[in-house]
Amino acid sequence: MSDLTRLTISQARAKLRGKEITATEITEAYLSAIDRANPALNAYVAVTGDKARDMAKASDARLVKGEGGALEGIPLGIKDLFGTEGVHTQACSHVLDGFKPRYESTVTANLWADGAVMLGKLNMDEFAMGSSNETSYYGPVVNPWRRSRLDTVVMPTTHQGDGGFVSAGGTKTQRSLDNAQLVPGGSSGGSATAVSAFLCAGATATDTGGSIRQPAAFTGTVGIKPTYGRCSRWGIVAFASSLDQAGPIARDVRDAAILLKSMASVDPKDTTSVDRPVPDYEAAIGKPIRGMKVGIPREYRVDGMPEEIEALWQKGIAWLKEAGAEIVDISLPHTKYALPAYYIVAPAEASSNLARYDGVRYGLRVPGKDIVEMYEKTRAAGFGREVKRRIMIGTYVLSAGYYDAYYLQAQKVRNLIKRDFENVFAAGVDVILTPATPSAAFGIADEDMASDPVKMYLNDIFTVTVNMAGLPGIAVPAGLDPKGLPLGLQLIGRPFEEETLFQTAAVIEQAAGTFQPEKWW
Amino acid sequence: MSVDLKTVKRVAHLARIAVSEEDAERMTGELNAILGFVEQLNEVDVSGVESMTSVTPMEMKKRRDVVTDGNKAADIVANAPAAEENFFLVPKVVE
Repeated sequence: MSDLTRLTISQARAKLRGKEITATEITEAYLSAIDRANPALNAYVAVTGDKARDMAKASDARLVKGEGGALEGIPLGIKDLFGTEGVHTQACSHVLDGFKPRYESTVTANLWADGAVMLGKLNMDEFAMGSSNETSYYGPVVNPWRRSRLDTVVMPTTHQGDGGFVSAGGTKTQRSLDNAQLVPGGSSGGSATAVSAFLCAGATATDTGGSIRQPAAFTGTVGIKPTYGRCSRWGIVAFASSLDQAGPIARDVRDAAILLKSMASVDPKDTTSVDRPVPDYEAAIGKPIRGMKVGIPREYRVDGMPEEIEALWQKGIAWLKEAGAEIVDISLPHTKYALPAYYIVAPAEASSNLARYDGVRYGLRVPGKDIVEMYEKTRAAGFGREVKRRIMIGTYVLSAGYYDAYYLQAQKVRNLIKRDFENVFAAGVDVILTPATPSAAFGIADEDMASDPVKMYLNDIFTVTVNMAGLPGIAVPAGLDPKGLPLGLQLIGRPFEEETLFQTAAVIEQAAGTFQPEKWW
Repeated sequence: MSVDLKTVKRVAHLARIAVSEEDAERMTGELNAILGFVEQLNEVDVSGVESMTSVTPMEMKKRRDVVTDGNKAADIVANAPAAEENFFLVPKVVE
């Protein structure tokens, strides 16, 4: 039997419906793959084997009767940020030690209602704060991709006969993998690694400043952050409520479309959930893009951007042009202010959202001589460095005397960023093409990143504008860099026009192909 | 603008995070690096620009004012580090 973990969701769906395979078989295949790979990759922080087997069995019963849902029997990984009833939900923070919610998030409830199977909870940066998955209380996730180099190998010399004739064997080139461990990006690093390393068929993720798209780009997977309000935030641990959105990470564009269709809904429990029916995203794949207007923003050409990123961007432009799209140069003048504005707005919201971790209602408690000391000791022990840093920034910018100078100014700049996009869309641009990240995956414990928090923040320079404006954005793999690491392109669309993103991303995928890491784990 | 050690300690107390002298010193440098980075926002002309209140133009949804949930005290205290008879237990607050 061929390896069931290699099937895409659409392939597995067909085989399950056609009764060629069972949900139990594919679930077992993933559980044993996780068993073998997780010690090396650290993608899962909790594996729910018994639950997965029960869910698969129930799926098989429905499939036999021909009553399977849209995701019947498809094994998924769930980011630890999603509340899952009775199951480890800790946002990979020490402060939520032992937390098992008595409720199910709307997004995961939608997936189970469509028949999906839960394999377990995926590693992530603590409270989704990070771009490398190194801030997790459960340790870093390892990217299944490694750098490789092309070596020229001299073929072994062969002696022929006893005449002492020696043939110089000539040379050939071969790729050899470097041993250095790379980050999968963050915050949805566990989701990206699990999808890329065949440890789940697809995964849920969340994106506040780039946390779906950057890890997708670093692992050669597809990740979409839908429009703010498309997926319910109910039951997802809150980081920055005006920016947080859930979305899928998947192996190809079609799988991402299938997953988003199930994850998205109109939810009365989230007041920011938008009252619009969820379209059939999959139907957009394969539609021609002839005549579509694609905007190329000049402000995304940043100083010090590696050559290969620029080359990738040009390749993307050429592919879309070839498919009949009209390429137009556009300007989004406030782009450079998106990241600094984000680092006021997001920490401000986080400092308020994370006030609830007080050692009283759930999670960790460190005793103190009075209640204030208990709060202070609990939060000091429970939060990691990056989370504390952001709570401190947020508390400072919201404190008396600084609110206007920082927070109000940032919220005004945010309106200008949004207006830039509105102007471009009003001028007839259908979709915007940019690089997804300013570099390929970097090393675990990279010294440059560790010594300066702002350097790490620059990872989100191309993705954060989309969150600030509430727009949909998709990262799609488009090629490999000279060291053999995947690179992604980003497409940004009008609000609630995710279909345009899937349609255009499919064209890029068609031209670029899909990318799988060479297995070393 | 930049912060000094005293401000960092005050902010840490506002945020209810205990910090050692060493933590506070390290944080002072880190926070100043971030504040230095966000300083560039001051060069943006925001005259006449409204502050963003909602990223998606939409009317706030309203629920009917009826009871739709409840009677789950046991669920609510289930994850508490210390609870008794459906109450959260905390150290003495009032002397």
